[in-house]
Amino acid sequence: MTVGQRALFRVPIPVPAVVAAALILQIGMRAAEQRPTAMATDLPAPPSQMILATAAFGEPIGLAQGLTLYIQAFDTQPGISIPFKDLNYDRIESWLTSILALHPTGQYPMLLASQVYSQVPDQNRQRQMLEFAYRQFEHDPVRHWRWLAHAALVAKHSLHDLPLALRYARALAQRADHGSVPGWARQMHIFLLEDMGEYESAKILLGGLLANGTVTDPHEILFLMERLKALEDVEKSTVAPK
Amino acid sequence: MNQVTATEAVSHWSRMLGISRYTLLEAWRNRFPVLVLVIVAVVYAIGMFVKELAITESTQVQIGFVAASARLAAVFVVALHVLQGLAREAQDKVAEIIFSLDLPRAIYVLGKFLAYAVLCAGVSALCALPMLILGSSSLALAWGASLMLELWLVAAASVFCMVTFSQLLPAATFVGGFYLLGRSITAIQLMSASTLSGDDWGARAAAIVADLLSLVLPRLDAFTQTAWLLGAPPVPITAGSMLVQVLVYVTLLLAAAMFDLYRRNF
Repeated sequence: MTVGQRALFRVPIPVPAVVAAALILQIGMRAAEQRPTAMATDLPAPPSQMILATAAFGEPIGLAQGLTLYIQAFDTQPGISIPFKDLNYDRIESWLTSILALHPTGQYPMLLASQVYSQVPDQNRQRQMLEFAYRQFEHDPVRHWRWLAHAALVAKHSLHDLPLALRYARALAQRADHGSVPGWARQMHIFLLEDMGEYESAKILLGGLLANGTVTDPHEILFLMERLKALEDVEKSTVAPK
Repeated sequence: MNQVTATEAVSHWSRMLGISRYTLLEAWRNRFPVLVLVIVAVVYAIGMFVKELAITESTQVQIGFVAASARLAAVFVVALHVLQGLAREAQDKVAEIIFSLDLPRAIYVLGKFLAYAVLCAGVSALCALPMLILGSSSLALAWGASLMLELWLVAAASVFCMVTFSQLLPAATFVGGFYLLGRSITAIQLMSASTLSGDDWGARAAAIVADLLSLVLPRLDAFTQTAWLLGAPPVPITAGSMLVQVLVYVTLLLAAAMFDLYRRNF
């Protein structure tokens, strides 16, 4: 017995009896209940931008980050894992667009689109995510060039769609700011042309790149000159039999 | 002998009603009904604003927002009202004066809870008013009745926590934790039982703990669902099992509160 407490016998017997009976009933009732079963729920459409802006209460970045985690975790619902291919990609794209509208400088939705959702074993869905990355790059090339570069690699190596990869790589070369995008990304379209057997086009682009002084690093110039020479050799060897 | 027992019972009953009456009077003078009415009006007004923002399913969006907000607000004000009422009585020594009378302590607990149960009924009726305006009356009544049962559980938990902890902060924290755990225990159970969380001893222990916790907690996620107002009404068996669950759990909490109160030395 601690200080401030009366002895147990001061408690009328019906009180602990009722506690015990109610506890047994509670446990018995819950134990008799059927175990809860996991059920997958569909991803709802995102609320309108107006509602999201209002719901943010002046903290759009916080809301955007919360929504990103919600989307990211949606494939793992309590007790069940939904394969990416069963997710509604139109809705995922809408959510990612809404999140980017709330927090335009955030990179997380772009990472989810180009590195997570594009890994689905379904070419249509993969292309949808790559196109999303492309559209966002068109909207803001400085911030999103790296996701388009990744999209070009996915198009080449995963989809084996060289024209699509070339489209993305050309967009990178034409629209990306020289100061913020490294040379390898801007030169990607040249090597894709080479892969496609378009040696003449690749040679012209590479020669132009070397001639206009865009590349300043001596090692990079040396590497590109070697590539140019290799292209010329390949061209000569393919012309020779004629 | 029987006559004496019957007289005592009548006396206890009238004293219990007296305690309830003064508890209700206190709520009235604290303008508790006005506070609830203002909260409901504000939630309804914000719901109208949200409806204007929605492009499609605007009424459903409004109902969903108002129902979820009113439910949370009702739980919050009821818990706080019960906790602060009991805390004030303890601090002002009103409870000690009552216990110095020839009155079983159980009657005090029952009298207080009876008043809180009436208050909860009033709060849920006020919260269900916007649903009556916005949707079907039968669904709104089902939602309101379920909210009343849920509030009874919250009020009983608040009585138990205040009697046991005697301090507002730990009692409020415990009630908050109890409510959140009750609302999420099904999801926790599902997650811990899933193979997604692994199959090592840690995952198995977590699943066992979640199962044990679920045995002693009410399934609050089954109560007062907004989905009922949006065309998926509760089946009668759900309503019946909810009522039995509330009766058992309220009895457990009040009996536990009485146990602690009988052991306290004033």
